[in-house]
Amino acid sequence: MTELPSPEPRRDPSLSGYWAAAAEGIVTVSRCPTCAELVWYPRARCPRCTGLLELVPVSGTGTVYSFTVNRRPAGAYKEVDAVVIAYVELAEGPRVMTNLVGLDPGEVRIGLPVRAVHSPTGLLRFTAAGDE
Amino acid sequence: MTVRGAAVIVGAYEHPARVIPEGTVPGVVAEVVHGALADAGLGIADVDGFCYAGVHQGINLVTMADFLGLGPLRYHESTDTGGASYLTQVGHAAAAIAAGRCSVVLVAMGGLPRSRPARPASGDVPHADFEDIYGLTQPAAYALAAQRHMFEFGTTGAQLAQVRVAAAHHAQFNPNALYRKPVTVEEVVESPLVSDPLHRLDCCVTTDGGGAVVVVSPEVARELPRRGVRVLGHGEAIKRPGTSIDLTTSAAAVSGPRAFEEARVSVGDIDMVSLYDSFTITVLMSLEDLGFCAKGEGGRFVEDGALLAPHGALPFNTDGGGLCNNHPDRRGGMIRMIEAVRQLRSEAAPQVQVADCELALVQAHGHALGTRSAAATLILGREDVR
Repeated sequence: MTELPSPEPRRDPSLSGYWAAAAEGIVTVSRCPTCAELVWYPRARCPRCTGLLELVPVSGTGTVYSFTVNRRPAGAYKEVDAVVIAYVELAEGPRVMTNLVGLDPGEVRIGLPVRAVHSPTGLLRFTAAGDE
Repeated sequence: MTVRGAAVIVGAYEHPARVIPEGTVPGVVAEVVHGALADAGLGIADVDGFCYAGVHQGINLVTMADFLGLGPLRYHESTDTGGASYLTQVGHAAAAIAAGRCSVVLVAMGGLPRSRPARPASGDVPHADFEDIYGLTQPAAYALAAQRHMFEFGTTGAQLAQVRVAAAHHAQFNPNALYRKPVTVEEVVESPLVSDPLHRLDCCVTTDGGGAVVVVSPEVARELPRRGVRVLGHGEAIKRPGTSIDLTTSAAAVSGPRAFEEARVSVGDIDMVSLYDSFTITVLMSLEDLGFCAKGEGGRFVEDGALLAPHGALPFNTDGGGLCNNHPDRRGGMIRMIEAVRQLRSEAAPQVQVADCELALVQAHGHALGTRSAAATLILGREDVR
């Protein structure tokens, strides 16, 4: 299976903690210390109470909530035949957009257990949980 | 304050071309503006309000107003909610007319995505590193919604295909439609997958072109020779995905009830619908969210020809819609609205004209049902509907 390209994120400076954790292979989610809400995607302030968010590590496991096999990839993915794009529901609740890698697109099902794998540029991707 | 009956659409014009290789965006917009004003029996000098969303093209409202020679303007507005922009602008124009701020508002759009695909680069989009970077395209974003809809409700590809079949049936009677050939369910589900579960024929066309409407006060409308269409209700809403996105409900679940309440009509009163059809799934979710059927029943609702004009239970997109006719600038709201105006004026193609068409609903969505989106609903009534 060919390696999926790993585009370089812009890395908003206010989210340096997120990207530093990702480089260590740790999945983090923004959490509001005031209202205890988990917030995805990461940002500096809570969209509910405007308090400063903190990053908390999460398990990096979850299940596929929805997925598609994009057979007309564009931009950084122009040269690959297909990209599996999914929403993964993390064990802690948030539904995060991602790529599924290291598995045959035909094997993907909603509900499939998955675990996080970070790309060389720190992108949060997932693969089948049973697949060590 | 309500817009119910406060404004009348007296002019509408859809650019007849679908590919305009030598065109410019201002040139196309000027053509549709002149077409809509001529349809209304008005001139440029009569216009005192202007709505235009063009920043995504690098052309702002001030530049376009100057180019068109509009003015002095008393009202202008540039709401940009993607494909929903133009319905929202008509709602806002109606409110401005009701408040006495202006009396002749031009709402115009145009674009050349076939001939000039490049657009200005986007800026610091806050979700870019967490969504776009995964190779998300517009079809993929809607495919995520379609896949989940199938999982939760048992919706099938054949049911989605029924939407295309109805649109294609109507398009054969529209000489300007990009695709005029009828299609079968089999042809749709056997067309190449673009982003599973959406096939090529589940996707709308990409066309050059544009359209415009003229919205005026009832006092101005009374002096004009053409039959007008009354704005009865308007609703707008934005749906944020939040931390746990729900992929099977759109902002139409909010904009729709607002429009129905203002128009003081209900689902059963509507004679035809013009529904945003960027993809077939967009239509199913709109039908559910607007209350034409229960959540999850959209697939079953469209089976057995419910959407077919003129005799189906709920004739839809009688010009062929964005799926077959026209989706200029990758934004379908204006053209959906113009076909509803034709129906209410009894000027649709005779084969698809809905008999005694008194009330039409127009629904548009902007951005993507698989991430974040805007919706706008308009309920329009025939001139004599009170």
